[in-house]
Amino acid sequence: MPTLSDTIATGRVIEAHRSYPRVVVSASLWQTLISRLSQGESTLLGLWGDADAVHMALLDEREGGVIVATALTGEGPIPSVSRVHPPALRLERTLRDLFGIELAELPDPRPWLDHGRWGLRNPLARHAEAAGEPTSYPFLGAEGEGLHQIPVGPVHAGIIEPGHFRFTANGETVVRLEERLGYAHKGVESLMAGASIEQAARLAGRTSGDSTVAYAFAFARAVEAALAIDVPPRALWLRALMAELERLANHFGDIGAICNDAAFALLHAHTSVLRERVLRAAAACFGHRLMMDCIMPGGVAGDLTPEGAGLIRELADIAGKAFPALVELYDNTASLQDRTVGTGILNPTLARQYGCGGYVGRASGRNFDVRRNLAYAPYDSLRFEIPVRSEGDVNARVWIRIQEVQQSLALIEQILDAMPTDGPLRAPVGATGKPAEGLALVEGFRGDVLAWVRLGADGCVDRCHLRDPSWFQWPLLEAAIEGNIVADFPLCNKSFNCSYSGHDL
Amino acid sequence: MVVISDLAIQGAQMLLVLTLAPLLTGFVRKVKAQLLRRRGASIVQPYRDLLRLLRKEVILADTASWLFRVIPYLIFATTWVAAALVPTFATSLLFSWSADLIAIIALLGSARFFLALAGMDVGTSFGGIGSSREVMIATLAEPAMIMIVFTLALLAGSTQLSNVASFMLSSSVGVRVSLALALVALVMVAIAENARIPIDNPATHLELTMVHEAMVLEYSGRHLAMIELAASLKLLLYISLIGCVFLPWGLALPGAGAAAQVAAVAVYIAKLAAGGFLLALFETTVAKMRVFRVPDFLGAALMLGLLGTLLLFVSRSL
Repeated sequence: MPTLSDTIATGRVIEAHRSYPRVVVSASLWQTLISRLSQGESTLLGLWGDADAVHMALLDEREGGVIVATALTGEGPIPSVSRVHPPALRLERTLRDLFGIELAELPDPRPWLDHGRWGLRNPLARHAEAAGEPTSYPFLGAEGEGLHQIPVGPVHAGIIEPGHFRFTANGETVVRLEERLGYAHKGVESLMAGASIEQAARLAGRTSGDSTVAYAFAFARAVEAALAIDVPPRALWLRALMAELERLANHFGDIGAICNDAAFALLHAHTSVLRERVLRAAAACFGHRLMMDCIMPGGVAGDLTPEGAGLIRELADIAGKAFPALVELYDNTASLQDRTVGTGILNPTLARQYGCGGYVGRASGRNFDVRRNLAYAPYDSLRFEIPVRSEGDVNARVWIRIQEVQQSLALIEQILDAMPTDGPLRAPVGATGKPAEGLALVEGFRGDVLAWVRLGADGCVDRCHLRDPSWFQWPLLEAAIEGNIVADFPLCNKSFNCSYSGHDL
Repeated sequence: MVVISDLAIQGAQMLLVLTLAPLLTGFVRKVKAQLLRRRGASIVQPYRDLLRLLRKEVILADTASWLFRVIPYLIFATTWVAAALVPTFATSLLFSWSADLIAIIALLGSARFFLALAGMDVGTSFGGIGSSREVMIATLAEPAMIMIVFTLALLAGSTQLSNVASFMLSSSVGVRVSLALALVALVMVAIAENARIPIDNPATHLELTMVHEAMVLEYSGRHLAMIELAASLKLLLYISLIGCVFLPWGLALPGAGAAAQVAAVAVYIAKLAAGGFLLALFETTVAKMRVFRVPDFLGAALMLGLLGTLLLFVSRSL
């Protein structure tokens, strides 16, 4: 079985693709790559389309390297990956919706993001067609005596993002859950095509609002890789600072929200205060509570003043003092533990197969974090631990978050201590006169965000793909809830906290 | 003359429970908010909500039958009558002599039966889930409640609340284990019956975890107002019941003067406030339990009630 580096040797390497190699492969090599995936020797990082090609990003489990393999549509139908490797299924269905590329033996030909309400079919194909009438969507069946279906959403009783969940239950026990997503489709990839780098960076930061720093970071790194730009050191450290603040704010929010779903509002009240402190510090230092548009290709948009650094130090100090008491409260409330321990167990085998990142993967034994496994500056010079647990239940996912909060607080201190005190903040980003491609991965609070960009000769974005970590987490929620009771679904769902917007593009 | 004064007291009490019920709900919410360091809505907010709902139009599902439209009034009426049977500030109630504790349980049981029917009437899945969970809780809560009634009836020699309260005020009560067991059981049943944490969460927005709220999801306008008011009345009823049976001090006895009656009302309001505060405090410190733990919780209430009854057969002094 060839390793990924052998694959590079046999395929046609694209010179313009940087940081990680991109290789155009033959049908037989594509087949080999698929079988490597199904045997667990490599992990699928992403699968996306082009007008006449399908790209697949792979992580080699042994060598730790990343490559992008490309199959061209002109050479006969491309074999479906999901036929033997299910994690690719929704990505392939999306590929079909957006580009109209028909894969050979696609196991599930139902549309995914396209609900027939765009007015267009295959909007990213060379020739988009006008759409017909929306057709009905057949849900997967479950047969047996006493089974009943519960449709939930896309409009929910609370103010959350839209998504439809179809439960088949036997009394209270869930027999099958099927998700239907795509309600938050904004056409990010269509809007990206032809946008200037500045516009595209702003757009990337709006793919999923709670991960705006991670998205802007990933997009900026992809552009910088494509154009071979060296980012000023102070900008690199400021980016990491923002990324850790974002992680902190989201983890505080999540820990409280999970407890609130078990009707334990006390912890939610306390963590909301901490989250608010993080957001206010971010607003004071960077001018935006969520730090939207603060990271730009080439560097960062604004500097951190010494007073701002003082504010963040103060924040880390306050949070570091307040947090242990909350952890103790979580751990010592028996009624809460009764809800979280043993609920929604995600099998480690599945987490590994799906290449599931973030707290979901790490709570089920997948020891992967882009900040360490595919380290980027400045994380390669920082000391931190990556918590991993093997239970895979709601409690484990809460604990991973708790430990990541502790790590992030320590990281913030380290970053503030080690950051160069002054220097330029942004390198010029301009057209190079020839097409360039770049791929980058960044660890957001949910997991690894992948950004792939192809820039035209004029310096505008020709094609951009952003892959949210939720693509590989949503399907696992369906698996984790099986055999649990219907009333525990909100708790499981919150502990996954997948993004609708980032997934629906 | 006695009949006229009893009638006046009965009327005053019916109006009192109706006006105080939303205030109690508002008070509990306010205390919970304050315990979470939030400011919280004003304690008169439930009145404003009721007014708003009464002014709003009613949206009915196409599949709703006449039953769906009638049930809110039925629930409100039965709950109000049940609440009127509990001596709140005075024991000399006109209705007391025609209805007792068992009648209260029956009235609340009918209200629940109708609500469960309404949940299923429209045919949405949430209503069905809510009804099925509610009925599961009811099948466990009602026997426990009956056991508590037996304990009290064996002690006081009557199931009439006025007699029970008079007995509790007399010197022949003493310290009894069976009463303590009945009190704990009654508190547990009250929490379950009023859909409070840890059985149900009255403030949740998660449709899949709801019990009471799931059944009333389809209601709007004045129908919803009736149901909300009935829910407030029920909470008030249970706190009044606990107050009347276990803390009867301050109740105005038959033949008391106007000043004594007013003092009794003040004591009653103090009891409600104490009950509401304790409820809010308890709700803040526990998480909601899994649906399938509810039988354990209510099973414990049933066993406590049963134990209380059995102890009285062993010895009249326990």
